[in-house]
Amino acid sequence: MNRQELLQTLRDRFPDEILGVFEKSPKRVYIQIQPDAIVRLAQYLFKEMRARFNIASGVDGRNQMEILYHFTVEEMNLIISLRVILPKTKLEIASLTSVFTAAQWIEREIYELLGINFVGHPKLKRLLLPEDWPEGVHPLRKDYQEWDPTAIRDRGV
Amino acid sequence: MGILDDAFLKSLWVFHLATGSCNNCDIEILDCLTPRHDIERFGMLLTGSIKHADVLLVTGAVNRQCIPRIKRIYEQMPQPRLVVAIGECALSRGVFIHSYNCPLPLDHVIPVDVYIPGCPPRPEAIIAGLIKLIEQRKTQTGQAKV
Amino acid sequence: MPRTIVPIGPYHPLQEEPEFFILTVEGEMVVDIDLQIGYNHRGIEKLSERKTYDQVTFVVERICGICSTSHPFAYTQAVEDLISVEAPPRAQFIRTIIAEGERLHSHLLWLGLAGHFLGYNTVFMWAWKLREEILDVMEILSGNRNNYAMFKVGGVWRDIQAHDIPPVLKKIESIIPTLEKLKRAVIDDPVLHARTKGIGILSKEAAIDYCAVGPTARASGVDRDIRKNCPYGVYDQIDWDMIVTQNGDVFDKVVVRINEMFESIKIIQQCLSRLPQGEIDCVVKDIPPGEGIGHIEAPRGECFHYVRSDGTNRPVRHKIRAPTFMNLPTFKETVIGGTISDAAIVLAAIDPCYCCTERMAVRNTKGQTLWTGEDLIRLSQEKTAQIKAQMGQS
Repeated sequence: MNRQELLQTLRDRFPDEILGVFEKSPKRVYIQIQPDAIVRLAQYLFKEMRARFNIASGVDGRNQMEILYHFTVEEMNLIISLRVILPKTKLEIASLTSVFTAAQWIEREIYELLGINFVGHPKLKRLLLPEDWPEGVHPLRKDYQEWDPTAIRDRGV
Repeated sequence: MGILDDAFLKSLWVFHLATGSCNNCDIEILDCLTPRHDIERFGMLLTGSIKHADVLLVTGAVNRQCIPRIKRIYEQMPQPRLVVAIGECALSRGVFIHSYNCPLPLDHVIPVDVYIPGCPPRPEAIIAGLIKLIEQRKTQTGQAKV
Repeated sequence: MPRTIVPIGPYHPLQEEPEFFILTVEGEMVVDIDLQIGYNHRGIEKLSERKTYDQVTFVVERICGICSTSHPFAYTQAVEDLISVEAPPRAQFIRTIIAEGERLHSHLLWLGLAGHFLGYNTVFMWAWKLREEILDVMEILSGNRNNYAMFKVGGVWRDIQAHDIPPVLKKIESIIPTLEKLKRAVIDDPVLHARTKGIGILSKEAAIDYCAVGPTARASGVDRDIRKNCPYGVYDQIDWDMIVTQNGDVFDKVVVRINEMFESIKIIQQCLSRLPQGEIDCVVKDIPPGEGIGHIEAPRGECFHYVRSDGTNRPVRHKIRAPTFMNLPTFKETVIGGTISDAAIVLAAIDPCYCCTERMAVRNTKGQTLWTGEDLIRLSQEKTAQIKAQMGQS
């Protein structure tokens, strides 16, 4: 199977879930999908196309948040990125831990750094930030402010 | 006091502490042990327990999680004790000065005696820094600073 | 049988990075493991948003000292993917040479540490002494032992001079016999076989389920290598082999890394003798809005960077994924079921680069420390000494 056939199969299998396909180059494809279709698509890519899950990256946009799930199909030298748009009023999405275990840590990281809830994750707690970090303060958001009055940010010269 | 100071400076045992570092400085410190640079010919040894150490070598941009641990380790260290900050991150956090997880530079957490700049400092620079520390302490023997 | 909790972490004099492992043991056997990381979290992704694209290259170099070329390589590839340019051929050759030099010194470093954990301090000293020769080569080529600062969006910062190539080739030739000796000393040793064969097995299904990368996955039979599957640099123009073994235990990981070192030497020799003339960078004026992805094979696995831009001269989002992020959770498979004295070498076998130092400690459920971190390494070394005595060696 080559790249064109794979994209056509995706379009045929998931006609309602796929909102748009952007082929940036022969090696990079960005597919925008409905948020509730992520588990089905991830299952298809991981189990049937035997793609490898690279990582998920959350992005804080002005009016919405995005999560991009990156999969590598090594046989075709192709990275497929599934883009999911979440409104800021309802920041939650189904967890991918039922499809593969590799999603556990990255979902914890996105949860604590951006504040997106992953429904169905077995142990959604802090991964990187210290215990005394205040609740509800998410560092990677664009409106993050320095909350610590004792922090020193100049070099003292 | 004179004899204790002399004995103290003859064979320093070092304890190495990495607080949120990229590891480069730690590897250069370990490189000092290897056959090419070999600090054991000066009598310096890397020890596993802070209670046996004379010198505390600190690397890394001080992480929020590490601040209480640094203080605890410094308090557990028996006097006379010296602290050496190795690498740009331990000096002033280097490129990580605006990071949300690195609030304070090292000398606001514990007192530092010698600063060795570099990113990472070469093993020769680390050895030169330690020798400078020994020379400086020898000339200060009358003042008995610990 | 009462259960004891064994925290491994966070500061150990010989491992360099702080991490906190909590092992639950019953008697001698490990039944559960929990990981607490974050002792090295410096918020670099947030830092990238306030620096310009060229400054970010220098920040990401300092994510990890051992793989300090992997992150700039992947980042510059991501930005070049964003603006759809390719670096000129001479720059690609120079990038490949630097990347393979780093792979050599990183694997030697790991070999030394693994030798120390097993009680072979001579292997530690020999491996690090050999590593110094490689750092000399890198110093001739780039000017520094560790942070080379060679990578630039669109090419490389500095060129390789023609008069530097013969001494570098000669030095690389001269380390091959010593490397051969080290390889035979490590791979043919029967005590090492008893210590590492069958220990810490990661099955192929688990490696795929955890999406493990790098030598950790290749030792379990997963034949994937970014340099072969998604070639970048000049890996598709050079003759070299991918090393894959089938058993997934600690011994296989040692074999994979040692053989990869010889492949790296082959690649460097071919690149240096075929270096084409030409420019070393293409001028990049500004970065339009868009997104780009770069991924390369670091010594520990696949290093992945994602960059999004909105037309200004600072990135909007920079996502960094180091290879150890995918490999660390595999501890749940490899450590559980083994004994405490094997925990040290199994934990070191994935070559963790979380930039942390560890101290291992054994605590009982009341929280009292029974053994310190040094003791766990000592336990591992004692087991080796026992096996040596059984086999009739001194």
